[in-house]
Amino acid sequence: MTTPDNSGDVRLSGISKTYDNGFTAVQPLDLTVPQGSFFALLGASGCGKTTTLRMIAGLEEPSSGTVRLGDQDVTHLPPYKRPVNTVFQSYALFPHLDIFENVAFGLRRRGIKSVKKQVEEMLELVQLGEQARKKPHQLSGGQQQRVAVARALINHPKVLLLDEPLGALDLKLRRQMQLELKRIQTEVGITFVHVTHDQEEAMTMADTVAVMNAGRVEQLGSPSDLYENPQTTFVANFLGTSNLIEAEVDTKNGDDIVLKAGGGKLVLPEARCSAPTTAGGKVLVGIRPEKISLTHADDAGEIPAGRNRLTGRIADASFIGVSTQYVIDSPVCDELSVYVQNVERDGRLVPGAEVVLHWSPAHTFGLDAAQDIDAGTEEEAAA
Amino acid sequence: MSTLTEAPPPLAPAAPEKKPPRKRGRFTPYWLLLPGMLWLVVFFALPMIYQASTSVQTGSLEEGYKVTWHFVTYWNALSEYWPQFLRSVFYAAAATVLCLLLGYPLAYLIAFRAGRWKNLLMILVIAPFFTSFLIRTLAWKTILADNGPVVHALNSLHILDLTNFLGWTAGDRVLATPLAVVCGLTYNFLPFMILPLYTSLERIDGRLHEAAGDLYAKPWTTFRKVTFPLSMPGVVSGTLLTFIPAAGDYVNAELLGSTDTRMIGNVIQTQFLRILDYPTAAALSFILMAAILAMVTIYIRRSGTEDLV
Repeated sequence: MTTPDNSGDVRLSGISKTYDNGFTAVQPLDLTVPQGSFFALLGASGCGKTTTLRMIAGLEEPSSGTVRLGDQDVTHLPPYKRPVNTVFQSYALFPHLDIFENVAFGLRRRGIKSVKKQVEEMLELVQLGEQARKKPHQLSGGQQQRVAVARALINHPKVLLLDEPLGALDLKLRRQMQLELKRIQTEVGITFVHVTHDQEEAMTMADTVAVMNAGRVEQLGSPSDLYENPQTTFVANFLGTSNLIEAEVDTKNGDDIVLKAGGGKLVLPEARCSAPTTAGGKVLVGIRPEKISLTHADDAGEIPAGRNRLTGRIADASFIGVSTQYVIDSPVCDELSVYVQNVERDGRLVPGAEVVLHWSPAHTFGLDAAQDIDAGTEEEAAA
Repeated sequence: MSTLTEAPPPLAPAAPEKKPPRKRGRFTPYWLLLPGMLWLVVFFALPMIYQASTSVQTGSLEEGYKVTWHFVTYWNALSEYWPQFLRSVFYAAAATVLCLLLGYPLAYLIAFRAGRWKNLLMILVIAPFFTSFLIRTLAWKTILADNGPVVHALNSLHILDLTNFLGWTAGDRVLATPLAVVCGLTYNFLPFMILPLYTSLERIDGRLHEAAGDLYAKPWTTFRKVTFPLSMPGVVSGTLLTFIPAAGDYVNAELLGSTDTRMIGNVIQTQFLRILDYPTAAALSFILMAAILAMVTIYIRRSGTEDLV
């Protein structure tokens, strides 16, 4: 996928933003977004993701550091001199201009006279050819959103910045637009930088996701990498759900670490542990709810050897359709989540039943116990 | 107890009664309209009818006036006082343009740049209303007095030479010249320009400015292509609120002007209160009203603000 042309790279080095009132929205940050990639900045509101985007657009002056597009330093260029375009949150379409003129705005400002053909082609791309002479307020939310994308894309920017572009749409339309945006990005091959608080949206659309928290990038990687190998409790909790169990390092056994949790032992591959592992030290053991299997305590003998086990009692069960979500109280940890696919339902697994939770050690990850175990969960509930 | 095999049926909802809409409700809007309508009839419609009939009466104070459908009064009034009509329109237009030029930047500043000073500045804009219109205009007499600092400064800067040359002032003085009248009108009606401008500028979403900048519009282009068109409703209502009362004003011309700067308002006032020629005064009032109505209609049609959101 590497191309010799790197003019669509976005390179942020050491940029930070501190407002006049002393609030630091973005801590010094280094980030490189390669040309042609779909990059998502993911985080809860107030984490600095939008400020970062606005610094790339030139709408916000960084307090320190540089913004480069390819090899061009644009740190101090005003927005109208930068080869980037933005799709604004709530679109910011010009209400006094019709759709055609909204889309033609950027071309006209650059002194291009014959805009008709280009505008019509662009409106075709976003399937709005019929609406050219309507005013923005006559269009639905999804249509306005497509106009905003067309208005930005027609300028062939080196980078397209999207600031929560789907936030105002209802769920169904949002899913549809996610696919649409992904299609457009693949078609035009422009670098997309997408800001969102919706982890599902970031994971569906982006090649690379940077999870931001309190003005810092917590972790950067592909969606599956972030999900399977979170490095911090924030990432573990913010992307999907994680069960985090406090444990003590016991011994090392080849590539594995053996930990003590409650009365039992858990095994964790050393490669999947981001925390220092000295004997006696604390580690947070993480496991995703869908990786856990549930077996009724009476059948505990049937569980294959070599699996991590915990005992517990079902506190709550909710039937979702594809799966059943259990909340389990265990001596080592309250409220463990377990998602079980509804393939063969065991009728004994009802609230109050004693169960054994077990999973493959390979699915376990380890985090530094010095962190806040609940980081990223409240935001998750609010989103 | 027998086992329930069926969920108990929910309580039957009360049968929907189709009552005809109550009669009292239907008339509520009219009751609410009544006080306002009465007010309008007594204080607007009746005086208008009375004035309209006065304008076609003939007679004298001693013998009394009779309706004789004497429409010639209109023609006579117009042919005698057309210079004052033109002057009124011209002064009002000049004051309106000045108000727009002074008011727009101020309204823009308050709407977009004032931050926490916004409310204070808005209070300052309407502060003059706390004193009487007449007192404030009289104060201008002192400000523009022949031996006052303003005239002195303008004189030493040779600006008065220029305005003398243009015919705005005469004989090295400002008072009793067209300039003084237009300044007075501008001053008195400026808040009526600023308030609607501010209201419509304030409503503009700041992100539209950012979007325009993002789409390669330089700040000035952003103003021309986005801010100004979106503020058109404010410009139109501001100019109307300034022009209409300014065209009929007589206080400024009376206090700050001379016999050469008489506006149509002064003529009507003199006709009514000094010469006591009621038919001519009434006819002049109607001509003024018709002229303003016609100009405003054309103006609103042309500015095309109905298209704006």
